[in-house]
Amino acid sequence: MTARPLMDVRGLSKAFPAPQGLLARLRGEPRRAVQALSDVHLSVQRGETLGIVGESGCGKSTLARCLVRLQDADQGEVRYEDLDVLRLRGLDLRRYNRRVQMIFQDPYSSLNPRMTVGQMLREALSVHRLRPRAEQDARIQELLTLVGLPPAAAGRAPHEFSGGQRQRVGIARALALEPDCLIADELVSALDVSVQAQVVNLLLELQERLGLTVLFVAHDLRLVRHLSHRVAVMYLGRVVEVAPTEDLFRAPKHPYTQALLAAAPTLDPARRADAPAITGELPSPLNVPSGCAFRTRCPHAFARCAAERPLPTDVAGAQVACHLYSAPDGAVPG
Amino acid sequence: MSAPPALLQVRDLNVRMPTPAGTLHVVRGVTFGVQPGEMLGLVGESGSGKSVTLRALMGLYRRPVTVSGTVEFAGQDLLRASEAQWQATRGAQIGMIFQEPMSALNPVLTVGTQIMENLRTHRGLRGRAAAERAAELLDLTGIPSPRARLNDYPHQFSGGMRQRAMIAIALASEPRLLLADEPTTALDVTIQDQILRLLLRLREELNMSVILVTHDLGVIAQTCDRVAVMYGGRLMETAPVGALFREPRHAYSLGLLRSLPGSGARRAPLQPIPGGPPNLLALPPGCAFSPRCAYASGACLGAEPPLVPVAPDRASACVHAAALPSLTGEVSA
Amino acid sequence: MTATLTPAAPAAPRARRRWPKPTLLIGLGLLALLLVAALFPAQLAPFSPTEFDYNAILQGPTARHPFGTDNFGRDVLSRVIYGTRIDLQIALFTTLFPFIFGTLLGAVTGYAGRWSDALVGRVADLVVVFPFLVLVIAIVAVLGPGLTNLYVAVSAVGWVSYWRLTRGEVLTQKKAEYAQAGRVLGYSPARILLRHLLPNAVTPAIVYLMTDMSLGILLGASLGYLGLGAQPPTPEWGVMVADGKNFMATAWWISTFPGLALTLAGVTFSLIGDGLADVLRPRT
Repeated sequence: MTARPLMDVRGLSKAFPAPQGLLARLRGEPRRAVQALSDVHLSVQRGETLGIVGESGCGKSTLARCLVRLQDADQGEVRYEDLDVLRLRGLDLRRYNRRVQMIFQDPYSSLNPRMTVGQMLREALSVHRLRPRAEQDARIQELLTLVGLPPAAAGRAPHEFSGGQRQRVGIARALALEPDCLIADELVSALDVSVQAQVVNLLLELQERLGLTVLFVAHDLRLVRHLSHRVAVMYLGRVVEVAPTEDLFRAPKHPYTQALLAAAPTLDPARRADAPAITGELPSPLNVPSGCAFRTRCPHAFARCAAERPLPTDVAGAQVACHLYSAPDGAVPG
Repeated sequence: MSAPPALLQVRDLNVRMPTPAGTLHVVRGVTFGVQPGEMLGLVGESGSGKSVTLRALMGLYRRPVTVSGTVEFAGQDLLRASEAQWQATRGAQIGMIFQEPMSALNPVLTVGTQIMENLRTHRGLRGRAAAERAAELLDLTGIPSPRARLNDYPHQFSGGMRQRAMIAIALASEPRLLLADEPTTALDVTIQDQILRLLLRLREELNMSVILVTHDLGVIAQTCDRVAVMYGGRLMETAPVGALFREPRHAYSLGLLRSLPGSGARRAPLQPIPGGPPNLLALPPGCAFSPRCAYASGACLGAEPPLVPVAPDRASACVHAAALPSLTGEVSA
Repeated sequence: MTATLTPAAPAAPRARRRWPKPTLLIGLGLLALLLVAALFPAQLAPFSPTEFDYNAILQGPTARHPFGTDNFGRDVLSRVIYGTRIDLQIALFTTLFPFIFGTLLGAVTGYAGRWSDALVGRVADLVVVFPFLVLVIAIVAVLGPGLTNLYVAVSAVGWVSYWRLTRGEVLTQKKAEYAQAGRVLGYSPARILLRHLLPNAVTPAIVYLMTDMSLGILLGASLGYLGLGAQPPTPEWGVMVADGKNFMATAWWISTFPGLALTLAGVTFSLIGDGLADVLRPRT
């Protein structure tokens, strides 16, 4: 972690007010909130792929949306090179969005059903004045070739494409702005297994060619392991562990990371566990446990975990937010 | 497939669904058996016909959908059974759980009422005895303080708990066969793990057979004894789970396993299957997988290859079954 | 390594062309018929619609007067033909402004939300607490009878339905990922709203517009009947029905034929609306 990060997230927090019934409102009950992000720290290096994993409600999608300003964070700071991302407005925000693009999850709703692929790409080029009108057609063809679509695709509407092809269109639309950072939220999770690999390869190739920085938000651990240089694990709005990919998968340090990896089904029928990796349900995000959010399901939890929220600590090249590693004589789980 | 008498024997199952664009032949000549106490995985991608097969077994299709073939359950052909015989089988001896517990549970009845309804219909239990048994069932599926939760409504349960409750309802009649349609697809990975372990434990304790439909090969590897791979409405391969992951005997199974990340170096290109799932209205001649297959040859294009035994307890519908490489060491993680 | 190495799936088979349902074709055919009558009444009608003929008063249908004549000896067929233009005009002007205004307002408040939505919502509530017809009649009564005032009155009330339909649809569409993609792509709110959301949200309003046109004709006819719309001797279908009501027992044709024409126009727009709903549904 020597180079200055491309993107630096510091203390990012975001809460969504929970829907409240009329009766509760009349009784004057305090309005409850879902803490989607809670004091998130994260840095992204230029050219790397940072995987962000976690279960539903862990805040990984909210984080992605805050980073492209689809959502406004409540607190914290995001630095992109010298830009103070959360304070950008108007033209500056559009310039930032040109550099940091997002690819969406749902190949069926992420493309306007009433526009052809060519119209979508041309719009992106025109709005940002990236090419004079005369050169737009050539650029559109270039983009289609780049994502492995035939030239004729420009004249077709989204409904004429398969799910995998639509994701390619989404990628082409993002690349039209010549971004240097792509945020992919569950890029392939809506696709069939045999098609997923096609789109993953495309992402790998593009990253190689264009030197893109990628934030790969996903719940598929196998995929994240394959693609990422580093991985951040989130739980109930907090980042619990960030580590280089191989370290994280070989020797997970946070008890939640350990549980998550153990729970993911392996492809080896010979390695089959008898008991679940972890018991208990995810706590409601309306009611996050005090101290460490994971303590209610953690096999190692002790008194301090309820009293005090663990801060990220450097442990052998990883950042881990767990009292086992900050306690002077804490037993390190294996 | 020579084995002790199967609990369920499906022969030449066909399901046809009329649509405005033409009749979809969704399940095409599927044949397989399930032994008592066995967990069979039915795996395939969208449109492979795996869920339709399961629903056809449960007799959930009505006209204009047509189901043909034989489905022999405990010696009785279900497809030719009367409505009364169906009633005695469906729900009683064959239970079913779904992907979306919230839509499968009745939101205006308590979980306890729904379990007791099944107990009354199929076990003849009423009143206090039914309540006792319902609490036992919730306890069996790992729901804490089961007695208190009998009075809860489905919306008061979390996703994982709802799936447990649905399993409890299905188990109330003590079925000999449980049909599970993507039971963990909507769940988080730690909760999925819990539900899969629960299914394995219940299978053990109740000596129940299970057919598990999923698109996730990891789930198959972690839970099933035998696997049936479906593609384009047909069975491509059936095999014991270990053998399938070690040496698939169908080019489609091989391609599917190879396309998963983890088989090569990190950030190396994956090995996708080119193209997309077949269009059931315009199937290619011969093997449905041939247009996407790396091994396809002229032999694949004639008649559709039948599912034939290729080894003890294994069958494949691949012309090149004997020539496919094994995967030892390639698939990890 | 080039990006094109990854083979893309062959294009999904092009969706087969969706032929319009027969209802739409029949509806359009009938509309063409009505338009011809509206554009060339002088060529089609055998007589003047307003000229009295005291030699042919209250004659039943004959070869010379297929629809008979009224109490002034005017040819009913000619009056029905001339009425087409007026009634189609009513259909258009009672719906066009509410459609444009309501749809745009719905798009803007649905997208912007917050106070603009709340404000327009309250105004809409205010308008709909009164029965539609009663409110229109009240406004016309204040402004004075006549077609222009009728259009003003209907417009003041009719936009609410379009506002509701479009607002709801925009609320749904703006959550779709393509709308969010537009924001990340740096598109202006106006572009996202007009170029992306509105084309996807306007379908229900267009379909409703067709139904509303038949309602508009009936409304115009009702007010004409009450003497608040078109004024005699204008050959408006509603006015004609009203004029004939005193002669129902003796000369049924005076009211019946314009009534049938009203029905035909209503059916025409309903058929078109039904067919359009099918054609405009986005393909996925």
